[in-house]
This record gives sequence, C-alpha cells and structure tokens, in this order.
Amino acid sequence: MSGTFVGMPAFPEAAHEAVNNPTLRGNLRHATHTIRAKREKAVAEVSDWAQLREAGKQIKDHTLRHLDRYLVQLEESVMAAGGTVHWAADADEANDIVTQLVKMTGESEVVKVKSMATQEIGLNEALEAEGIRAYETDLAELIVQLGKDRPSHILVPAIHRNRGEIRDIFEREMSEWGRPAPEGLSDTPAELAEAARLHLREKFLRAKVGISGANFMVADTGTLVVVESEGNGRMCLTLPETLISVVGIEKIVPTWQDLEVFLQTLPRSSTAERMNPYTSTWTGTTDEDGPGTFHLVLLDNGRSDTLADEVGRQALRCIRCSACLNVCPVYERAGGHAYGSVYPGPIGAILSPQLRGTGSEIDASLPYASTLCGACYEVCPVAIDIPEVLVHLRERIVQGGPVVHEGNKVVLKPAKGHAAERAAMRAARWAFAHPGALRTGQRLASRTRRLHPRTLPGPGKAWSDTRDLPPVPAEPFRDWWQRTGGGKEGGK
Amino acid sequence: MRVALFLTCVNDTLYPDTGRAVVKLLTRLGVDVDFPMSQTCCGQAHYNTGYRHEAEPLARHFSDVFREYEAIVTPSGSCGAMVRELYPRMGERARAEGRGSGLAAALAPVVPKTFELTEFLVDVLGVTDVGAYYPHTVTYHPTCHGLRGLGLGDRPRRLLQAVKGLELKELPGADECCGFGGTFALKNPDVSAAMGTDKVRNAESTGAEVLCAADNSCLMHIGGTMGRLESDMRPVHIAEILASTEEEPTP
Ligand code: SF4
Repeated sequence: MSGTFVGMPAFPEAAHEAVNNPTLRGNLRHATHTIRAKREKAVAEVSDWAQLREAGKQIKDHTLRHLDRYLVQLEESVMAAGGTVHWAADADEANDIVTQLVKMTGESEVVKVKSMATQEIGLNEALEAEGIRAYETDLAELIVQLGKDRPSHILVPAIHRNRGEIRDIFEREMSEWGRPAPEGLSDTPAELAEAARLHLREKFLRAKVGISGANFMVADTGTLVVVESEGNGRMCLTLPETLISVVGIEKIVPTWQDLEVFLQTLPRSSTAERMNPYTSTWTGTTDEDGPGTFHLVLLDNGRSDTLADEVGRQALRCIRCSACLNVCPVYERAGGHAYGSVYPGPIGAILSPQLRGTGSEIDASLPYASTLCGACYEVCPVAIDIPEVLVHLRERIVQGGPVVHEGNKVVLKPAKGHAAERAAMRAARWAFAHPGALRTGQRLASRTRRLHPRTLPGPGKAWSDTRDLPPVPAEPFRDWWQRTGGGKEGGK
Repeated sequence: MRVALFLTCVNDTLYPDTGRAVVKLLTRLGVDVDFPMSQTCCGQAHYNTGYRHEAEPLARHFSDVFREYEAIVTPSGSCGAMVRELYPRMGERARAEGRGSGLAAALAPVVPKTFELTEFLVDVLGVTDVGAYYPHTVTYHPTCHGLRGLGLGDRPRRLLQAVKGLELKELPGADECCGFGGTFALKNPDVSAAMGTDKVRNAESTGAEVLCAADNSCLMHIGGTMGRLESDMRPVHIAEILASTEEEPTP
C-alpha cells in the first residue's frame, strides 16, 4: 500500500492526539452523528433491506470465489470495446504503468476522479516525482490536497475540517494551484462550493488526461461504473482525450443485473440518499463521444493474498460505503488519521493489516482498535462480520500462523511485544482449568483486599488512571454458596 | 426445572452480590438452582484477545461442567454470547483446520441451553413481572453483546418496567458502546476513557439515580468512570434490581 503512511506509530499513540483535540472531536462527532441518523432513516424506508443485504453478500462471495474467471472475462470485454487492460501486482507496478501512460500522451497534468485505489498506491506522489501534477476534483479531496493534509474518511476525506478551516485553506492555497479564491470569501457552503467550482472548471477544460477509479466493473460487458454526488467525476470521465482507470480486482460484478442491488444499498448506506445523484458508466471507447483512449489498470496489491484467507477474505466484499466508520465509536474519538491508511475506521482495521501484512507497528495494532461492539457489522450493507475478522487477525498477531504473502504460503511468527500478555493468558487458562487454584487465588485476594491498590501497575495503569477499580469483596460467591448450602442455611 | 447458574469468573470473584441476587430471584420464581462448583470461565477474554487455542480447553471444560443440566443461566450478556455465538464458531474453525469435529460435538449440547438471565425469565419462564420492588429512578444501558450479540431486544426494559416503584428513564445514545471491550480498555486507554465519559454524561443527563445493565464488566468500567468523575449515580446489575422486594430491598 501507499508509502505515505509507513512508519506510523501504533493506533493508541496515534489516537491520543485526536482524543485530546476538542475541535477535531467536535467536528467528527457532529458529522458522524448527522449522517448516522440520516442513514438509519434511509434504510428503514426499504422493506426488503435484509434481503438486499444478503443478496449483496452472495453476489460478492460468488464473484470472489470465481474471481479468476470473471477477471479474464472482463479483460476480454474491455478489449473488445476498444480499451487496453494492464495488470499490476503491487503499488509500484501500478504507479509505473500509469506514469508511463501519462508520459506517452506528452502531458504534464491530469485531473482525477476521487478514487481510493489511487490513494492506496500513492499515485499522486509517484506522478509528482516524475514531474506530472495530479489535480483532485472531488470537493473534499480538493480540500485535503490544498491543505497538504491526509484524508480521514472514505467518503468525506475532509470530515475532520469545519467550514472556517476550509475557507482559510481556499484563501491561502488556491492561487498556488490555479484560479485563486474569490475576494472576501465567506464560510457559507454555497460560497465555498462556488469557489471550488470556478477553480475546478478551469482544470476540466484544460486537461487532456483523466484518472479515475471505479465502484464496480461489469464482467460481461466490460463496463466501469462510478457513483458520485457532485458530478465532477463525470466531467473528468468525459472531457479528457485519454482516460486511465485504476481499479482493485475485487470490484467486479458478473452482470448489469447485479448492479441493481448495490445501486440501492450503496447510496443509502453512504450518503443516506435514495439514489446517488450521478451514476456514470463507460465501456471502452466510442468515436466522437468521451475519451478516445481508455486504459484499465487492474490492481492486486495484497488482494489475492487476502482472498486466500478464508475468514479474512470477506473484507473484499466491501463497497466502500463508509457506514461502518460513521457508527464506530472508536473512529468517532480517534479520528481517521490514527488508522495510518487511506482506509480508516472498522473496515480499515481489517483491510490494511491484510493488504499490507501485520509487520509494522501500526498494522499490528489495528485489529485491537475496536471494542468488538458490533455496530459496524450491523450496518454493513454486504454483511462483513468485522468483529469476527478482527479477532481472527488478533490471533494471527499473538499466536502467528499460516498466511499467504505475495502468493506464497508462509508461517508467521507471533508478533513481538505480546510475551507478557501471552504468559498471563496461559496462567489464567491454567487457573481456570483447575477450579481449586482459582479458588485459592480468590481467597487470597479477599484476605488481602485491604492492601489492594486502587490503581493497577504495568499495562493496567493507563486504565486505572482514569477509572476507579472495584473493591475486592470479602467473600467470593463460591465460598458463600458452600458456606450457606446454596443460600438455604441462613447467611446472607 | 433443574437449572445451573453460570455466574462467570468476574462475577464470582468481584461481584458475588449479583450471584446471590440471581439465586434469590430464581428461587423466588420456583426454580431449583444449582451452582456447579467446578465451573470457571467461558474463555471469552482469551478468545477475543486472539488466544483461541487457549480458549478451547476452557470451552470444553464449560461443556463438561454444564452439559447435564436442563438450562444454564448467566447474568452476563457477553459470556452468554460467547457460548451461544462463538462456541459453534470455534467448533467450525477447528473442523476447517482439519482437526475433526470433536470440538464441535463436545460444545454442541450446551449451546442451545445457555440463556442470559433476562432471556431466561422472559422466554423460558414466561414472566415479565417478577414481583420486584425497587423505589428508585433507573436508566438502562443495553450492553453491546446483549444488544447485538444475543439480541435481547426490549426484554430487560420490559422486566424493569414491571418493577414496582421503579421509574425508568430513557438513556440518550443507549446503543453506543461504553468503551470497555475487555482488553480494549487496557490497550487503548484514551479512547476507552473518552467513550466511558460520554456514556456517564449521557446517563447523568437523565437525572436517574441508578444506571442499570445486564453485565458487570461494562458496569465495572462505567462505575469506575463515575467514581473518577465524582458522579452521584450508582451502577447496579439488573439481577439486583429484579431480586429486590419490599421485605428485602436491595439498596
Ligand atoms: S465494511 Fe461494509 S459498512 Fe464498511 S465501508 Fe465496507 S461495505 Fe461499507
């Protein structure tokens, strides 16, 4: 995945800052609670939501099971429609392919449709290094780009910013990148949107190359689909002479009919709309209409490895609606940046450690960035059991085990730094397997209870710094039960 | 009906009052309660922290201890969900790993017979008015594993509404996690504390005297946070409210 985020500290440290930043927490709280309430309403309107959810799950599972077959079919149909297909095993390969394709056009700037895949591989930075400037055209992406910031949400990358901050960024940065912000810009949504529109229009009309991702790829016709709210994506898809789409291999659906399900569940889950305002589809090239040259770059970058894991593979069903982020109480407090990836929140916590492996500090900490409360699973429109995958990845981290890495089967060693915990878990298991030992321990705790500190030493300290521990009772339940014959012989 | 009380290791060690309340309540309702002394822990903490292999022998032990009873009742939504939801999954995983169906077969008998306390009262005994008296204002926090794991729905609230003298206050943001999450509280203390604080503030806004839940682990976290915030509220397990009577009131 992208080099942008490597070297991130583990999640708890990364979250520390956000938790203690009241502006950020306020922005996040407001935004997630608003969309959460709207989503609930939009979903409640659909009487067969449970069936739609199940259908989405089934279609995705079926496609993933036969991914090799559908990918070949897709390649054939894209070529038949006049497009060219490229295969990229990892981020570097994808970036090289796109860079070469842009260079072949002789252009030094491109306009971009909002795309997670190109963020995942760090395409903008790779293009920049080759002297090509990439302009983001999605409003929120534009804010992130102008603010030299990082996205913090899948759908609303600038969710951590409020209107005042956005006005300041526009005033300060727009002139650097093109048309400056109008004089006396206020922070009303209408004025901010108008400033962005004027700034972007100039770029749409000038650019000869567009770069996009896709929400779906239809195997039997070779059609790509982008759904969006602003229409900026459609401008990028239709105005430039060359269009390059970079798409993860898991985004396939077999037929147009399958889209029916997702075009209902995606907008309601993500923006709480009944239907997204713009649905653009393109199939290869057509004379005199849209780009004359079309390239599709199919991106693996850890997806095949993820597919090899029978519990973890369900993460590839994700349609990036971001509903799980908006309900996650941990995301709400920690903010998107703490996840160290373009995929934040619950889905990020299971996707990043699978795509990138659990080798880095941040990736090894992500499966623990959840209380397993289950709110994410409940809202997911393709029924990804995120808590199940989290626990599965925790197991991989503390106990090691077999995984597929770059196509090869390897056995992971347990991660470092869990030795004390492992010993404690073993000891607890031993005591629990020996009820006598458990009882001795309980009695000892009861007898020495006046000596117990109200704060914990070691790893428990941080918890007891902010919460009081309960006092140890004078008598564990089992002693009371035995002493009183199950409460029958007096003794309260 | 011969029913086993599965009290859970946390309740046994730290919250014996909850255990005594369950015994008092069930006995009052005519249930013959047994507490098998060899019970220990369902293995949830192990499982959820990633030590599935350490959890397996605990699950087997649980099954050995409880399999002969007609029903197994536990005053904990999360330990109930461990048995009902995750034991079958452990069996499946063992099978998928080529270790045969021994584990699945060993665990199968206890899975459908295990009930969280409020579920047992409403679904098995068929009562919502358990004859309790508790003259306090109470707000109810549905814990995540009870709410989404077991799907307890409005059973606990129906039971509370039938308690004489009790005034139930709606908790804003009730279905949001309190931030405990077992080892989450240790591994992510900042986020955990922030969630706990929000939960307590929401509870305080109801003006209730008592925050009630069906899981002492969550109550430990919420109560610990109340202590630090010098809140006037008290955490109380639902069993202690339902066990309370005019003759013998729970404070
Ligand atoms: S995991 Fe589910 S809820 Fe989260 S973004 Fe993906 S599809 Fe949406």
